[in-house]
Amino acid sequence: MTIREYARPETAEEAWQLCQKRQNVVMAGNMWLRMQRRAVGTAIDLSGLGLDFVRERDGGFELGAMATLRELETHPGLEAAYAGAFARALSPIVGVQFRNTATVGGSVFARFGFSDVATLLLALDARVRLYKGGEMPLEAFQRAPFARDILLSVFVPGGAQGVGYHAMRRSATDFPVLAVAAAQTPGGLRVAVGARPARAQLLCAQEREWSDARRAEQLQGMAFGSNMRATADYRRAIADVLVRRAVRDAMEGKQDAD
Amino acid sequence: MRIELTLNGQRVCADMPADATLYELLRAQGMKSVKCGCETTNCGLCTVHLNGRPVLSCSQLAARCAGAEVVTLEGLQDEAQLLAQCLADEGAEQCGFCSPGLVMNVLAMAHELRSPTPEQVDRYLAGNLCRCTGYMSQRRAIAKYLKMREEGAR
Ligand SMILES: Cc1cc2nc3c(=O)[nH]c(=O)nc-3n(C[C@H](O)[C@H](O)[C@H](O)COP(=O)(O)OP(=O)(O)OC[C@H]3O[C@@H](n4cnc5c(N)ncnc54)[C@H](O)[C@@H]3O)c2cc1C
Ligand code: FES
Ligand code: FES
Repeated sequence: MTIREYARPETAEEAWQLCQKRQNVVMAGNMWLRMQRRAVGTAIDLSGLGLDFVRERDGGFELGAMATLRELETHPGLEAAYAGAFARALSPIVGVQFRNTATVGGSVFARFGFSDVATLLLALDARVRLYKGGEMPLEAFQRAPFARDILLSVFVPGGAQGVGYHAMRRSATDFPVLAVAAAQTPGGLRVAVGARPARAQLLCAQEREWSDARRAEQLQGMAFGSNMRATADYRRAIADVLVRRAVRDAMEGKQDAD
Repeated sequence: MRIELTLNGQRVCADMPADATLYELLRAQGMKSVKCGCETTNCGLCTVHLNGRPVLSCSQLAARCAGAEVVTLEGLQDEAQLLAQCLADEGAEQCGFCSPGLVMNVLAMAHELRSPTPEQVDRYLAGNLCRCTGYMSQRRAIAKYLKMREEGAR
């Protein structure tokens, strides 16, 4: 990637104006961006917008787009409110040095299929806040087409009684072969499956009658694909196991070993 | 563009292109300990401390580091000496290429975590790849180093 100019706007409006130009690009942690083959006009660094925060709000947590994965992983409030699921989901991502720079905003905005971050946030029924696009459920954002906008923050509602997270990797620090998050919310059981390898999707959103038969039926209706890490059949087979474990942990309100 | 930052305690002013990485800036400043081992943001060799935290200098835009405090292995020679001795005693280096990044991350860990368990150590250092050793000798050396460091502090 080459960059002609560097800008560090101090307002979201300025950043938004700059990002309307096709050759300009929004930069968060730059961990993913730097590997792109492209000639960038202006790199719009979001680090001057004061979006590097994690704060409690309305019984849940608002995560500023520039909060790093490491900040989420080590935040005592998140740890207590979501049964340690943030640390469990994020700590296998590359390394501490990497997570000190990679951001929640970059993870969510890019809508990576392999994202542990999106899988967990989807199960927690997170909402995204965009500068122009306003607020919307992450679920809707995951399906929306890419638009030139600035992601400001992600809101994670509270009230989850238990959260379970299970991912499988072929080797430590690699992308997950499959990732599953389950949350016991006031509305019922919410389970998200990511790295299918397509974008994370909900298996169920308000499930009250959880059983082996229900799980089998729901998994039957979910699409899995093949890539260099695993075949669709393999993913389907391990999904059954990982979903069962994640749901068990969510029900029991604790994080178990794999 | 002109970038001013504090490097190993000294104020420096570097003139770098807009797309220069912190890694490139540091090499241009003669910091030979900082190396780039991959093109994919995941080997850990380029680790430096940015405002007290370990980061991958290969993917950090230099422009964003204006005003920051950066520390490389050159700036931590005294502290690194005991660790280097432990690594040598355990025969933990083969080609040694991965060492600067590993040493920087072990020191960051020693600053951040108090009495880490072996599991915490493994997790903290998971992003430092070594293609020669298989890690066992390094783990022994690091355990020994942490113990000596703690005893020294008492
Ligand atoms: C080697 C490697 C391994 C990885 N492994 C995993 C893994 O195992 N699990 C996992 O979940 N993730 C993984 N990731 C993804 C990583 O966690 C981050 O999601 C990724 O690096 C993007 O975050 P960033 O802050 O670096 O964003 P950047 O790279 O800066 O940006 C990513 C994209 O999002 C846009 N963008 C960023 N922030 C905003 C915003 N606030 N508003 C609008 N647009 C924005 C940018 O323009 C760009 O297109 C991996 C990434 C790499 C490079
Ligand atoms: S050189 Fe490999 S992570 Fe920076
Ligand atoms: S000793 Fe050769 S890469 Fe680690």
